[in-house]
Amino acid sequence: MLNTRSTWAIYTNELARFRRTVFGSLVAPVLTTSLYFIVFGAAIGGRMDAIDGVAYGAFIVPGLLMLTLLSESTSNASFGIYMPRFTGSIYELLSAPVGATEILLGFVGAAATKSLVLAAIILLTARLFVDYSIAHPVLALLYVVLIATAFSLLGFLLGIWAEGFEKLQLVPLLILTPLTFLGGTFYSIGMLAEPWRMAAMLNPIVYLVSGLRWTFFGQADVPFATSLLMTLGFLAVCAGAVGLVFRTGWRLRS
Amino acid sequence: MTGERSLPGAVPAEDEAPPILQIDGLTKRFAGGALALDNVSLQIRPGEIFALLGPNGAGKTTLIGAVCGLVRPTSGRIQAFGQDARRHWRAMRGRIGLVPQELGFDIFDTVWRQVRYSRGLFGRSPAADLLEEVLRSLSLWDKRDAQIRTLSGGMKRRVLIAKALAHEPDILFLDEPTAGVDVELRRDMWRQIAGLKARGVTIILTTHYLEEAEEMADRIGIMHRGRLLLVDDKRSMMKRLGRTEARFTLIRPLGAVPEPLADLPVELVDGGRVLLYRGGDGAGRGREHVAVLAQRLAEMGERFTAIEQRESSLEDIFMQFVDAEGTRAC
Ligand SMILES: Nc1ncnc2c1ncn2[C@@H]1O[C@H](COP(=O)(O)OP(=O)(O)OP(=O)(O)O)[C@@H](O)[C@H]1O
Ligand SMILES: [Mg+2]
Repeated sequence: MLNTRSTWAIYTNELARFRRTVFGSLVAPVLTTSLYFIVFGAAIGGRMDAIDGVAYGAFIVPGLLMLTLLSESTSNASFGIYMPRFTGSIYELLSAPVGATEILLGFVGAAATKSLVLAAIILLTARLFVDYSIAHPVLALLYVVLIATAFSLLGFLLGIWAEGFEKLQLVPLLILTPLTFLGGTFYSIGMLAEPWRMAAMLNPIVYLVSGLRWTFFGQADVPFATSLLMTLGFLAVCAGAVGLVFRTGWRLRS
Repeated sequence: MTGERSLPGAVPAEDEAPPILQIDGLTKRFAGGALALDNVSLQIRPGEIFALLGPNGAGKTTLIGAVCGLVRPTSGRIQAFGQDARRHWRAMRGRIGLVPQELGFDIFDTVWRQVRYSRGLFGRSPAADLLEEVLRSLSLWDKRDAQIRTLSGGMKRRVLIAKALAHEPDILFLDEPTAGVDVELRRDMWRQIAGLKARGVTIILTTHYLEEAEEMADRIGIMHRGRLLLVDDKRSMMKRLGRTEARFTLIRPLGAVPEPLADLPVELVDGGRVLLYRGGDGAGRGREHVAVLAQRLAEMGERFTAIEQRESSLEDIFMQFVDAEGTRAC
């Protein structure tokens, strides 16, 4: 039986915490992404050929959106659950009549919400610099929600695992960002020569970027179904791991 | 009741409501190997104030943690409100409040938002009036819009209490509620706790101060190295354990204890310069004796320059226990 009041309390409390740091958490990513659009979209993009019939400025929109979604979802969720562990206020959560479902819906839901809001803002900002349209808006929305959820789950795991602030930054900085950059944010995998093309296909982020690009332009490096399967698979793995954490009480209950 | 007095510590069978909290054979061995709880059994009566006394590392916090869901017991059973804790954890936790030993909250948040959050987290509908009352009773109402980080340590502890009371718990755990709190605030805290008891809340608190337990508790439990050594009614506990020690520094050294003082537990030390009293029962008899001694000395014309008096500390009591255990083990 789900405790909806408790869930709502956690969710709104988390969103309120984000709101307190609205400058850092909204302005910074929007500024960074705007710079990408100015440099790659408007300045360099003007001199680039269209990729598969899509203007370069528009081509990078889904990739940059994905970059934001992945890093924001992960870091929001990881900080969200790491902070109470760090300050000691986790005692309250553990002694409350809430189980894994309430905690997850609250923390992961809030983290995903925040990164989705951010994604929307970035999408609107992109409009100022480049011209794009979305071929499958409903699918795009669903896909983005799926991604935000999956990576918020990953962030949650990270926040439970980390025993220091530097570890929180480790995975986003050392794994996610490089993989996203190499995963076709700024180029099509089809543009790579053969050994690199094969190597790129081992990068799971390629499938995610490609999936989002498909919802925008109706064409991508891999079929949309493959992207969707990869995303769902990743979501399932994260959900399974989180389930294990709660069953064993790992790093939560001594 | 029969004419026979029940043994101290024995539970009188009749006129007893069923325990609100029942702990049977609770054991906790931490992953590191530390045995923090060693087969602890305890029954808490509805509406009482129960004080858990014990030195650092005795297992008090672990015991509270096991009931509140922070610690996973290695073995044993916990029942609250007549229901098994493992099966009915949700209902049970909704009726228990916890004030932890360590301060821990989102210090950038305001007092008001935090108590509202606590109430919501425990699944209760918003009740601004009730939260206002809680904050007022803890003298926090004026600080409701203050960020917690701007409050003093004692105030922060009160915020923790307010958070624990926000969902109107029936059982409240207070883990060292007066640690780091000055004397005045401590008295204030005692009054608060008495007020909660008057409203029917069952209170389990931990403390290092015998005085504090004596002041507030109905019953006292003594923990040492993960074991609950003794549980007793406060009065019998104080009778059993309380000791007064008084040193009279005499102007004229005495060769032997004078006859008029022979009925009291006194001896001469320091070459007859100090008259040492050791006795009493922790229920005021020791202090009475000291007054009698002073009077008799004055009547005898024996003048003294100083009286140092002290009540037995918790440490003395633990030493008594540890000694007793050592003797038994031999
Ligand atoms: N998470 C933990 N992991 C390993 N050992 C622990 C843990 N928590 C407590 N202990 C050990 O369990 C024992 C009991 O600790 P506990 O905190 O319950 O004592 P306490 O009676 O509350 O002490 P204090 O008066 O200092 O608060 C100690 O030896 C402590 O080191
Ligand atoms: Mg403790």
